Amino acid sequence: MIFAVLIPLIFAIFVPMLSKIKHKIHTGIFVFFIPFSIFLYFIRFVGNDFSPVRHEYSWIPSLGINFDFYLDGLSLLFVLLISGIGSLVVLYSVYYLHVSERLGSFYVYLLMFMTAMLGVVLSDNLFVLYTFWELTSISSFLLIGYWHWRERSRYGAQKSMLITVFGGLSMLGGFVLLTVVTGTTSIQAIISQIDVILESNYLPLIMGLILLGAFTKSAQFPFHIWLPDAMEAPTPVSAYLHSATMVKAGIYLVARFSPVFATYEWFFIVVSIVGIVTLCWASYMAVRQTDLKGILAFSTISQLGMIMAMLGFGTKVAVFAAMFHILNHATFKGSLFMVAGIIDHETGTRDIRRLGGLLTIMPITATLALFGTFSMAGIPLPFLNGFYSKELFFDSTLHLNEVINPVANVLIPIIPYLAVFGSIFTFVYSMYFFFGVFTGPKQFDKLKIKPHEAPIGMLISPIILVLGVILIGLFPNMVNGTFLIHAAEAVNSAVEYKKVYFWHGFVPELYMSLAVVGIGTVLYITRKKWSNVYHVLPGKMSFNKLYDALVKNVDIVSAKITNTYMTGSLKLYMTIILAAIVVVTFIVMFVTNGFQMEYSNLAEVTFIEVAVVAIIIIAALATIFTTSKLGAILITGVVGYGVATLFVIYRAPDLALTQLVIETVSVALFLLCFYHLPKLQKRKESTRSKVQNGIISIGFGALMTMIAISAHSTDWFDPISDYFLETAYKLGGGHNVVNVILVDMRGLDTLFEIAVLGIAALAIFSLIKLRNNKEAE
Amino acid sequence: MEILIAILAGVLMTTGVYNLLQKQILRIVIGTVLLSHGAHLFILTMGKLKRGQPPILMDGIENYADPLPQALILTSIVISFGITSLLLVLAYRTARENNTDNMEKLRGTENE
Repeated sequence: MIFAVLIPLIFAIFVPMLSKIKHKIHTGIFVFFIPFSIFLYFIRFVGNDFSPVRHEYSWIPSLGINFDFYLDGLSLLFVLLISGIGSLVVLYSVYYLHVSERLGSFYVYLLMFMTAMLGVVLSDNLFVLYTFWELTSISSFLLIGYWHWRERSRYGAQKSMLITVFGGLSMLGGFVLLTVVTGTTSIQAIISQIDVILESNYLPLIMGLILLGAFTKSAQFPFHIWLPDAMEAPTPVSAYLHSATMVKAGIYLVARFSPVFATYEWFFIVVSIVGIVTLCWASYMAVRQTDLKGILAFSTISQLGMIMAMLGFGTKVAVFAAMFHILNHATFKGSLFMVAGIIDHETGTRDIRRLGGLLTIMPITATLALFGTFSMAGIPLPFLNGFYSKELFFDSTLHLNEVINPVANVLIPIIPYLAVFGSIFTFVYSMYFFFGVFTGPKQFDKLKIKPHEAPIGMLISPIILVLGVILIGLFPNMVNGTFLIHAAEAVNSAVEYKKVYFWHGFVPELYMSLAVVGIGTVLYITRKKWSNVYHVLPGKMSFNKLYDALVKNVDIVSAKITNTYMTGSLKLYMTIILAAIVVVTFIVMFVTNGFQMEYSNLAEVTFIEVAVVAIIIIAALATIFTTSKLGAILITGVVGYGVATLFVIYRAPDLALTQLVIETVSVALFLLCFYHLPKLQKRKESTRSKVQNGIISIGFGALMTMIAISAHSTDWFDPISDYFLETAYKLGGGHNVVNVILVDMRGLDTLFEIAVLGIAALAIFSLIKLRNNKEAE
Repeated sequence: MEILIAILAGVLMTTGVYNLLQKQILRIVIGTVLLSHGAHLFILTMGKLKRGQPPILMDGIENYADPLPQALILTSIVISFGITSLLLVLAYRTARENNTDNMEKLRGTENE
């Protein structure tokens, strides 16, 4: 099975080579055999006696991450959709994309996507599922931005990437929590531990994060905004990714985790409400669109909302209806996208306001569109599969009393009305799509291309899909018992096979359908009169604007924040660093009670030391208050010599010697530097005393004093100096212990200190000698 | 006595930091010099300041000053001298190239 998943990816390596011969044979013809053979491989699993298949492949066993594939009814449904529609889309793209396009890239992305999608629906491992999930986001990003020189394409690609990756990452968080709670990464093993999950405190978080992933991917309200912008992709991509497969990945995820969450009351509430709201809002918005693909995009969103709502209901009827509608939606929506692509291809526009009267010119396309749109609208005719799923949907909204859920009781009675509301608008935009394009006045003078019927090759795929629509419509129970029931069982094991009939007598569902058709017809005819309603709702509000503002303001706000502290002023940076040191260390000292003071161990104070210390303190303070730079330099010298005197007092002859010499050289250097400063700069500026500087420096000094006193007052262990004193002569052969330490016992320090001096000397030399050309002139 | 030296180290660091926060390059260099003096005294206080003989071995003397801090400070003095001289030359070159020694004016240009 791993080969079935990875074959598209492996084949993608050879696609660029094949695309070199594109002028003889279209690359898509080679590609076609890949999804088709996968379809043939998986179709043999369909049957009454289907039982789940499991294959395990080791990847990172130490982390419990393995390529575990699990094929049950639900996966099988999706796998067949992916490979079946994939074949048709590739076939369609052969005629849709001209050989002058970058076909190599196109098919590489498409095959990458195919692998990713097969991986998502077949993985039994959470993290492998996540890997493939993000691969679908990436390949979708590449495909939306296929015509990357168009600004709208780049915008759409970025938008879909940001939104779906946002959801994907939160889903990863949910997966990690799920793994922590259950201790396993296998989805089937997790499902068997429902009790553990339901008792966990993290349950709301786990469900929320995973649902966020599903809602963003499946374009649910309010994350639906990326899908209409993804219509900038080539039409085969829209038909494949954005109607039949990728957007159903979120549906798949919800269905897959239904067994875990279904008994949790918030699952019903969140998923149903989001689904119903998406259904109503998107079908309402679809009527407003003027772009054919825009209508189809909102239509897809609304149909996905409907499926999501049914999964949220989670009743026996609803789950089965959801599976049924996944299949039906893939057939009619795929064909409608292809029809939109044909119209675009043959007339040069997708703007419904410029189209009209194509019925006689493109009769085959019109017939296909007729079946597609009428099925989408759910018109009660016995050869349209959309009607059955719509009626099952109504049925499930009416039978929600199966749900025993105290929180949802308020909700249950309103749901059927909302469902009817959404369906009415579905009816309106379906009619608008068909009649707007194919009937009405002919206005061919506005078109760039003289319209004509599409080539037969382009029509094959939509014809096959529409045949699917009609076949399922005529024999609705054809695939149910052998195929869909297994899918439904994977979601809700209590589900039972219910025969679907066209006619069940005068039941409430029928009245609902009739109401949809009746009110829908009235609304369609009068739509010009009420179209002003869109100025009220959404009016100026729009989630797109919210998204744009968000993206823009993130930039602006972060730039503002950065500009407040990254001013380029060294002084400010020093202030921040020092203030942070002072504050943090003081807090730590206070919290840990770190300040200690011990008097017993002190050396006695003599007059001469006090005098030297006093001189140094006065000199150090004078460096601040002096107004002359020359004075400051000389006073610094005083400090240095004072320290040297202290070294003498504290019995450190080598230190005193070094300090004296170095202080002398330093002062000389200071003076040299002072002398060479440009004349302009020789202003004698009095040091600006600022309170802020004072506070920070006094805080820092006080901190250091306290640390020094505490360090001295706590006596953790004896010094190791006795060892140096004992062995300096015995092992080192020298009397001067300090020097023996420097060159013998800790000679490495000295070596690198020499290196420091050497590097400093070289740097000074090059600073002085090397000039750039500009200065040499 | 240690407390006095600790306070002295604190004062040196205070003045060092205060100079570090000024605008003229030369003052900043002076600040670093004061800071390193403070640090040296800091290390010296860490060892015991008890009077003993200088750590040069001679017969008949038992009590020596701690040699390890002295070795550490010696290393540190040399390194800080290297840094100070480099800083000074850098300050000199900076002032020459930019015709200013005002740190507030010396800022990186954007988009570089």
